Amino acid sequence: MKIIIVGDGQVGTTLTEYLAKEGYDITVIDNNPKVIANVVNMYDVMTVSGNGANYDVLVDAGAEKADLLIAAANSDEVNILSCLMAKKIGTKHTIARVRNPEYAQQLVFIREELGLSMVVNPEFEAAREISRVLRFPAAIKLDCFSKGRVELAEIKLSEKGLLTGRRLSELYKVCREKILICAVQRDEHVIIPDGNFVLAAGDKIHITGSHAALAAFFKDVKMFKEKSKRVMIIGGGKIAYYLGRHMTDAGIDIKIIEKNEKRCLELSEALPRATVICGDGTDQDTLIEEGLQSSDACVVLLGSDEENIIISLYVQSQGVEKVITEIERMSFTDMVESVGIDSFVSSNEITASRIIRYVRSMQVSEETSMKTLYKIVNNQAEAIEFAISHKTDYTDIPLKDLKTQKGILFAGIIRRGQVIIPGGNDCLQVGDSVIVVAGSGYNIKELEDVFES
Amino acid sequence: MNYKMVAYLLGRILIIMGCLMCLPLIVALVRREPTVTGFLISVVLQLSLGLIFTVKKPSRKDFYAKEGFVIVAGVWVLTSLFSAIPYCVSGEIPSYADAFFEMVSGFTTTGATILQDIESLSYSSLFWRSFTHWIGGMGVLVFVMAVLPKEHVSQSIHIMRAEVPGPQAGKLVARMGETARILYGIYIVMTAIEVVCLMLAGLPFFDSLLNAFSTAGTGGFAVKNASIAAYNSGAVDVIITVFMALFGINFSLFYLLLTKSFIQVLKDEELHWYLGIILVSMVVIGLNIMHQYQSFWEALRYSSFQVVSLVTTTGFITADYTKWPMLSQTILIILIFIGSCAGSTGGGFKVSRVIILFKNSISEIRRQLRPRSIAPVRMSGKVMDEKVVNSVMSYLCIYIVVFIVSQLLLCFEQFSLVTNFTAVATCINNVGPGLDAVGPVENFAGFSSFSKLVLSFDMLAGRLELLPMVVLFAPSTWKRR
Repeated sequence: MKIIIVGDGQVGTTLTEYLAKEGYDITVIDNNPKVIANVVNMYDVMTVSGNGANYDVLVDAGAEKADLLIAAANSDEVNILSCLMAKKIGTKHTIARVRNPEYAQQLVFIREELGLSMVVNPEFEAAREISRVLRFPAAIKLDCFSKGRVELAEIKLSEKGLLTGRRLSELYKVCREKILICAVQRDEHVIIPDGNFVLAAGDKIHITGSHAALAAFFKDVKMFKEKSKRVMIIGGGKIAYYLGRHMTDAGIDIKIIEKNEKRCLELSEALPRATVICGDGTDQDTLIEEGLQSSDACVVLLGSDEENIIISLYVQSQGVEKVITEIERMSFTDMVESVGIDSFVSSNEITASRIIRYVRSMQVSEETSMKTLYKIVNNQAEAIEFAISHKTDYTDIPLKDLKTQKGILFAGIIRRGQVIIPGGNDCLQVGDSVIVVAGSGYNIKELEDVFES
Repeated sequence: MNYKMVAYLLGRILIIMGCLMCLPLIVALVRREPTVTGFLISVVLQLSLGLIFTVKKPSRKDFYAKEGFVIVAGVWVLTSLFSAIPYCVSGEIPSYADAFFEMVSGFTTTGATILQDIESLSYSSLFWRSFTHWIGGMGVLVFVMAVLPKEHVSQSIHIMRAEVPGPQAGKLVARMGETARILYGIYIVMTAIEVVCLMLAGLPFFDSLLNAFSTAGTGGFAVKNASIAAYNSGAVDVIITVFMALFGINFSLFYLLLTKSFIQVLKDEELHWYLGIILVSMVVIGLNIMHQYQSFWEALRYSSFQVVSLVTTTGFITADYTKWPMLSQTILIILIFIGSCAGSTGGGFKVSRVIILFKNSISEIRRQLRPRSIAPVRMSGKVMDEKVVNSVMSYLCIYIVVFIVSQLLLCFEQFSLVTNFTAVATCINNVGPGLDAVGPVENFAGFSSFSKLVLSFDMLAGRLELLPMVVLFAPSTWKRR
């Protein structure tokens, strides 16, 4: 499959790396020759130097025969324009990144009337992820499947926790909820555990289950935290705006601290129910004065990774229970974990994984279409949801009789709105949605790939 | 340096090269020649060494430009070393240094030989000699990339860049492996057409095949002592002239021709210069040597063959040009230095580099006269990146240094300055014949083993665009990162 990526910023590079590894033919267009030179050195891709919305440049990049164009340049207008051009030239599918909040209301129009296949708004997606975690602060990360029927929560085990040192087959002693531990991150490695696996302090575990089951599970293991009610947002960028909308709609008390006076006015105009403070978010006195210590949660969105990390550490030291940090540079994620910041979001990462999901599902037959894909455990594993719409070789056979590849696990089945945590006697049926968790090294495009051939 | 990764990749390449050597082994078996043992020993050695290196997959897979250079240089030296074994074992070339020189000359598509009597060689040895030209022409590693599964070549641009001649190595399509396959596809088809043409012109199959190999790689190893002159056929001369010229053209132009438009190919500036240089030299030499032949057309037949043979750095011979007037000889020596187009199988300094240097000098003069003027270097209408221009300048500098040092090292021979000068020039530019004692009807047998090693280094340096061989001597290559 031929893919053209326009603009090689953070998202572009991440996509280039993932997609080149998955074996697609990639052409990168960027107008900065230095960026281009770097890309050529790093990845096995073609490059074209120039403006991604220029007809000649697009033709040069092979837009006539390309299957997909992903526009992730700096400017929304260039992105939309290059998608439109490519579409006319002959590219089959186009994806645009559009991040200006002024366009956010028209995304559906842009997609449907202008004929784009997908429009991603990174900040909007990031805000959505943050608001999910704030609703469930016990988890350091929360993804959801099937419109929220199943949730995938990540938690970190502490020294004295009830789960630490427990064998998975004995989990029923502490909790009887229908949940499943589907992936464990220990040090740098990802493990897809079986019944004999023993949990240890410091492990990060990924659990699937319905929202209620997960809440009950957290109560059982004494890790439950109430939904955040007073949230402080440090930094008033685009994510803060979207997050503010989400939170005030849900009736949560939010306080946004932003340095730029003009931006403060804009924010207070757009978010009438939020408290907007004009002050320096990196100034500790300002934070204390505005009631940092009495906040349930704090979201740090200062726009610079370094500042975000330092302020998050300070906020943690002030006893705020939940801190979520925005980290944009992917290479920072390991370091961030090592200094003790567990909850972080990256809008680039989220955008990239949304696009990758689209790319993978593009080449798959309709029958078992991929509905959702999350990269979990620092991108070392994937959680994928498939819908089963017709009868195949593996439907109506008990799971214990099916041969799945090593390191792949069924983490949940959604049948008529009910969540089933699958055991050996359950089977897949037509109409189900199934969630699969796969360790590193698999390139799963459809449900067939899960089984041994 | 990630030594484990370098060793691992070298091992994999050795296995593939070992498999390739089975071809002459088959020839030897079919013709029941005594060279079988030699080839067999070499194949077994390469395969076993390759297997030892590849038993354990390295845990660290980082692979950067430095490793790329070392692998390229390593592969070329190693394969030449192994390929020399059969000649020693069979006794056709008793001295190992001689055999090594011959094989380096083969892989680097130079075509310089130490053999006094080529026709006495066995069929399998002749086949392998010409086949090394064919493999070396497009590149050993490009071949490996074409056959290896894609997982190993994520950063293979470093290898490609080191092996494909020219100031800027470009890819034809997104994936490296695919690019390599397309290049080899074009290469194989063109070689096959040439074989058919030569057979139609009356050559036996074996001679057609081997001469086509030599032409395709722009090498110059012939099957006869008198090179192409032995056939004394106008048709053969014309066919080989045309194909030599074709193989001296940038291969991406052939791909453009297949996929896009003819017009775009015609717009290529390097091609204009290349064809212009050939035509002008052909006519001037033709006029210059007219008095030695019966007619202008006969003179043109020899001048065109010799011009194309030397500018593409092939080195086939149809006439002893040392007997031509001084003007013709001088032009031919200049052609040796210019070489063929970037991205072709030919050697030399490359036409595109010459153009860049030439235009840069003109721009420099303009900048001196009008200090405020902006005068970038343009190629095919596009402005060249300053970095490319700079790299060409430093290429010229390294080229001269290597040339001078080799010249000094050859001083200890009893030969004339002309011999030494043209010997280095012909080796570093991968041509083959020079003047005087290394002239078209002579050979390199008279040099000492040491000088042969120096010339072998020159050939490798010239074929691999200097840097891979030169970095082997840079201490920072071997330092830990």
